[in-house]
Amino acid sequence: MNRGINVSSKQNRRVSSFALLIRNRLAIFGLLILSFIVLLCLLAPLLPLPDPDKTDLAIRLQKPFTDGHWLGTDHLGRDIWSRILWGTRVSLAVGITASLFAAVIGSLIGILAGYFGGRTDNLMMRGIDMLMAFPYILLALAIVAVLGPGLMNALYAIAIVNIPFFARNVRGIAVTFTKREFIDAAQLSGKSNLQILLTEVLPNVLPVIVITLSTTIGWMILETAGLSFLGLGAQPPQADLGSMLGEGRKLIITAPHVSTIPGCMIFLIVMSINLLGDGIRDTLDPRLKAGALLRPASRTQTELPDKGSLSGDGSKLLEVRSLRTEFHTGSRILKAVNSVDLQLLPGECLGVVGESGSGKSVTALSLLGLVASPPGKIVGGSVIFDDKDLLRISDGELQTLRGGRISYIFQDPLATLHPLYRVGDQMVEAIRCHRYTSQHSAWDEAVGLLEMVHIPNAPARAKAYPFQLSGGMRQRVSIAMALANDPEIIIADEPTTALDVTVQAEILRLLKELIRGKDVSLIFITHDFGVIGQLCDRVAVMYAGKVVEQGSVGDVLYDPRHPYTRRLIECVPKLGDPGKELVEIPGLPPAIDNLPDGCSFAPRCDLVLEYCRNDEITLETVGSGRKVRCLRVMEAVG
Amino acid sequence: MKWRYIGKRLVAAVPVIFGLTVIVFFIMALIPGDPATAILGSYATPENVATLNTQLGLDKPLWQQYFTWLMNLLQGDFGRSYSLNRPVIDEVIERFSATLVLAGTALVICSIMGLLAGIFSAVYQYGAVDKGLTLIVLIGISTPSFWLGLLLILLFGVELRWLPVSGMYEIYGGGGLSDLLRHLILPAATLALVATGVIARLTRGSMLEVLRQDYIRTARAKGVSERSVILKHAFKAALVSVIPVIGIQAGFVLGGAVYVETVFQWPGIGRMLVTAIATRDILLVQGGVLVVAASYVLFNLIADVLQNLIDPRIAS
Repeated sequence: MNRGINVSSKQNRRVSSFALLIRNRLAIFGLLILSFIVLLCLLAPLLPLPDPDKTDLAIRLQKPFTDGHWLGTDHLGRDIWSRILWGTRVSLAVGITASLFAAVIGSLIGILAGYFGGRTDNLMMRGIDMLMAFPYILLALAIVAVLGPGLMNALYAIAIVNIPFFARNVRGIAVTFTKREFIDAAQLSGKSNLQILLTEVLPNVLPVIVITLSTTIGWMILETAGLSFLGLGAQPPQADLGSMLGEGRKLIITAPHVSTIPGCMIFLIVMSINLLGDGIRDTLDPRLKAGALLRPASRTQTELPDKGSLSGDGSKLLEVRSLRTEFHTGSRILKAVNSVDLQLLPGECLGVVGESGSGKSVTALSLLGLVASPPGKIVGGSVIFDDKDLLRISDGELQTLRGGRISYIFQDPLATLHPLYRVGDQMVEAIRCHRYTSQHSAWDEAVGLLEMVHIPNAPARAKAYPFQLSGGMRQRVSIAMALANDPEIIIADEPTTALDVTVQAEILRLLKELIRGKDVSLIFITHDFGVIGQLCDRVAVMYAGKVVEQGSVGDVLYDPRHPYTRRLIECVPKLGDPGKELVEIPGLPPAIDNLPDGCSFAPRCDLVLEYCRNDEITLETVGSGRKVRCLRVMEAVG
Repeated sequence: MKWRYIGKRLVAAVPVIFGLTVIVFFIMALIPGDPATAILGSYATPENVATLNTQLGLDKPLWQQYFTWLMNLLQGDFGRSYSLNRPVIDEVIERFSATLVLAGTALVICSIMGLLAGIFSAVYQYGAVDKGLTLIVLIGISTPSFWLGLLLILLFGVELRWLPVSGMYEIYGGGGLSDLLRHLILPAATLALVATGVIARLTRGSMLEVLRQDYIRTARAKGVSERSVILKHAFKAALVSVIPVIGIQAGFVLGGAVYVETVFQWPGIGRMLVTAIATRDILLVQGGVLVVAASYVLFNLIADVLQNLIDPRIAS
């Protein structure tokens, strides 16, 4: 895929580490509250607190902030502050015990099911599924119904209903390990199943257990409190936060503090645990961290240093001038498009060719601000079309141009067509974004377009979803969609890359036929010089974000001047010449955040000389309409 | 194709419900102590207990008891509640319809609020709206509903006196839809809060992921307005992963109804179960648990079908 996608994942890492910092600040906040509460509870026996169970009807239902009872007293005259601390001890102890209980048993089931697979797995997981078919709290109620009300029974009930969460999560991970080589190796080395489970599997599933624990423990404390609140947990005189709330509930109107204060404590505990749990999860689970994506803007951000200039000779349909697009990923700046100039003449087909990472797709996407942003940013240049600079027009104007006078065809239409809309509807949308026509006539038009791209039985195919069509058909659909509003320019970004060779040939034939019949210009992005030869009039070769050679296809193809162009052409297999040696270009394209001085291709070039590495090399005109960025060529020609 | 899929899902639900009956029956069979003694009281003579056991079929082997029970269930006979002295099925239907009103309203509220909050959070990511909503979500998932209910009673019922705080209708001169709605607001809002948080969180993440997809870029390249990109293209795709979670939330809402019904004196099945457990009215517990669990299966089935309607890839 194009560079933008690769880069965006790096960008996410940066931003999520930023988000991680914020999250962690919250997590630390949670940790502080929780530690404070736990500390108070641990110290409760040492603190100068009244006996939590000492009743004194003379001072019943004292309001908070009365002398000696800063949180007041309950209906039996017991000190609420003291009861809160002692009750929290019970609640925490029960919640944590239940969590550990659920974690141990659930993980055990998960590991065994995942590790042994087959029948064991099936049997265990069906059982887990059955448990999960019950609404969570209902199952806990049913279990308490069996065991009878009581704090320990509430603990068992909550633990049991949480077992499935651990079993499922752990199994999901364990099952991926059983097929790994290191498990095979351990088995071959004569380790017993138990040894493997303990030394190989357990350490690998531990993070999942910790994540599940961190996300369920708050919930479990809440639920045990809930059972006590219902009178099914702690029985008097024993008290936890839930039962205190439950007892105080009847006094909600006369003495609200009796029930609201324990509730407040539950809330504080659960919230601090959730904050901490989120932090732990983010740190331990890279998958979820990757989920912390950034929302891309509707248009690539621009940061243009000047106003650009609109002057031109008017002979060009589209003119790209020193376009610079960068990806900003933290401290790194990737210069994906580094001052690119392109011209498109009316009615011509311009090929842009280069390896992946050369910046050709980013160039194409930059024209209408479609580079994902963040991280993409256009930092210089201009794109002149119809006496306007596309980098500087308003959002509204840009939206009208997109799919209207300028349209795109993308690579891999399975990903680029919306999976949940019928292809006909997607085409109707493309039409109706730009023209006021009825749904009905737009549909007819869409079917007509599908017929134009030679889709057999078009009226029926229009009702198909993308996944129901073959790759070639999907590509035809996306071509038809690009043609919907009679564009002046079509930008085709590797439209044949994902297809097999015969389909590729068909699509190329179709494109040729379509541009011949219409007054449309084409910018064709590809890595394949063979395709360029079949379709294009002129070609620009890109390497490391720069154009290195430009000229008519005949000139460039038969007389390549830049060593890189020569190498690219040598990569193309020739039909009917099986003896032709296909030469791979040695080495990899340079990392665009770390370009060598001088010629970017120098490290891979077989003609390289010492002075190639000194200074920036300019794109020089070498004959009519021919430009090359290479010092050795200068010598040869000059 | 759609109807065949729905049919297939319905058929697949049958063994699940059958499994539920097995679990419910055997869990209840595990209950220590003798139901006959429980019914007759601890001073009953052994002869009386034995007679009642024979009458109730409790002297037969467990699997036989199960099949008798199942056959009766299929005929709508859930047994008789000894504490209420009325058929379990009557009581359960009456109570469950009250719960359904409450839980259904809560489910609608939390779906709408959760989805809206999620979309707004995603669109204004890291903005003030997003941060505010994230905070509310955090509070939502950390608040015990039984405590929140009490706070709402204090605020709206006791301080402001805007809304009734207990029951489903006014005892004197009550009835009618407006009376029901007034009684419904506080408990439904309480019940919806937690689920709203969960759904909002998920919707936000799902939207952000979808907005990165290639087909969103295609929509923009077509000239689709940003509003339509968000509300049509991205939201529909995000919904596919949110809907099953709404189905799961139905379970939490049905279960959470137990607390809310207790706090607001709502005459639903949750409160019935709590009382039945306390009085050890096993047949009533059995019937109640079974009906709620079966309705949960149904909710998930609906979620499944909805998901399928949105995403044609699932059925094939």
